[in-house]
Amino acid sequence: MSELRELYQELVLDHGKHPRNFHGMEDADRQSVGYNPLCGDKLTLYLKLEGDTVKDVSFQGAGCAISTASASLLTETLKGRTRAEVDQVIREFIHMLTEGSPDDDVEHLGKLVVFQGVREFPVRVKCATLAWRTLEAALHGQDEPVTTE
Amino acid sequence: MQADQPTMDHGVETTPLDIARIRREFPILRRKVHGKPLVYLDNAATTQRPHDVVEGIARYSFRDNANVHRGVHELSQTATAHYEGVREKVRDFVGAEKTEEIVYVRGTTEAINLVAASYGGRHLNEGDEVLVTQLEHHSNIVPWQLICESRGAKLVAAPINDDGEVILDEFERLIGPKTKIVAFSHISNALGTINPVERMTEIAKSRGAVVLVDGAQATAHTKVDVRKIGCDFYTVSAHKMYGPMGIGALYGRKELLDAMPPYQGGGDMIRMVSFEKTLYSSVPHKFEAGTPNVEGVVGLGSAIDFITSLGLDRMAEHEHDLLAYATEVIGGRPEVRIVGTAREKASILSFLIDGVHPHDIGTILDGEGIAIRAGHHCAQPVMDRFGVPATIRASFAVYNTREEVDALARGLDKVMEIFG
Repeated sequence: MSELRELYQELVLDHGKHPRNFHGMEDADRQSVGYNPLCGDKLTLYLKLEGDTVKDVSFQGAGCAISTASASLLTETLKGRTRAEVDQVIREFIHMLTEGSPDDDVEHLGKLVVFQGVREFPVRVKCATLAWRTLEAALHGQDEPVTTE
Repeated sequence: MQADQPTMDHGVETTPLDIARIRREFPILRRKVHGKPLVYLDNAATTQRPHDVVEGIARYSFRDNANVHRGVHELSQTATAHYEGVREKVRDFVGAEKTEEIVYVRGTTEAINLVAASYGGRHLNEGDEVLVTQLEHHSNIVPWQLICESRGAKLVAAPINDDGEVILDEFERLIGPKTKIVAFSHISNALGTINPVERMTEIAKSRGAVVLVDGAQATAHTKVDVRKIGCDFYTVSAHKMYGPMGIGALYGRKELLDAMPPYQGGGDMIRMVSFEKTLYSSVPHKFEAGTPNVEGVVGLGSAIDFITSLGLDRMAEHEHDLLAYATEVIGGRPEVRIVGTAREKASILSFLIDGVHPHDIGTILDGEGIAIRAGHHCAQPVMDRFGVPATIRASFAVYNTREEVDALARGLDKVMEIFG
């Protein structure tokens, strides 16, 4: 049960239930679709860039609490960051959930640390990383929908 | 129904099954998951295996293993006897007339692919139609899509109503002169709906279509009689009926199988090979290229023995009791909405909880040792029909108990504690 509490922390439940920046974006510069065929989770991520900086980011879609909260916190985290910074956060976030160890110093990821517990639930890692993989595709201009499989 | 008194029905004793004794035959049911006793409610995905099935396979492997149909030596003959003996057992189990009408396959998916490629490949022409229903598992959709695409034919789906039942009038209306093949499940894996297969077959046959019934979910829950159903093809999966994975059977009417081209080429399916011409074996061996899964077949035979020894009527009665109890206990909760409320249902309860995604529920229940399926159940058209991405599905087998339904209810309390 403690691992479950670790997974479903208040912040995750809050963002899962009330996702921020949860809307489409008509004047988006980039958008990308992410899909998890195993569970049917699907989200569209919208990006507005100004030069090298992320001016605005939003998402739409349907998913579990983990994937929704992860997308929601992603949008909160990235506004105002440069593309290089965003790439680094993507790398570090995915590393925390896949290869990282619980003893790693992840404090600089701020609120995103809330997802560290997902590592204990291997089948749920894809839920937490879906938005981030989709963001990667949006930033780097892939047109194909991103799939977790 | 937990009848206290044994009753006599047509001279057959209908004493309720001793579930505690049955459970002892399944060692896996004694294990713990995350420190809690396993509550296995994912039987529509695969059932667990009793001692006799696993030991039967082990005995065969330790004593009798050899390749079939090849050797004059003792072991090969024994292995062949096992292999062909189970074929007769399957024939009897599904009520086929002739043993040659039973073809071994990897499972229902391969059975459907075989019929689609071999029968469909020969008989479907430009503009023809294949009719399925909106209830189908992807394995009863995609093989037809593939063959329709290559033959220029069209795949049509008969709609279902809000209860998850095929709308028979629509089904009938959609079978026209161009409809060559009609394929539908006996029992829906996503919702548990039991289709009126005899009536549906009658409608399709009266219009000249060939009928395939997908029995993946049916054979462990209801007595199958292919001649009574009247279908041309019927598919069986061992691992959904207490047997091993990777083995199943296709029943096909002999006249049809005889006229169909082979599905795969290789050893064991030929009579004579030269580079100019190959003569094929007769059915069923024409469709069994290569060294078969003999230990799987042995396991399938033991699974049929297991079911026969308990009696499908008594199994169905117990499972129906579990479904009724679960519908009341789980379905009665204010936060729960049941998806699939057909009048005729097998022991599958698909449901949703307002505002909580099925995957989150699956994870929390897993923490309680409860195995259920959260997802689209390989039946996305069904999910689309109800406008949901996924459901939670609890599916019951003969070894499940009312106490396990209570455990599921307590698991949902936990879900509400976290998400409520």
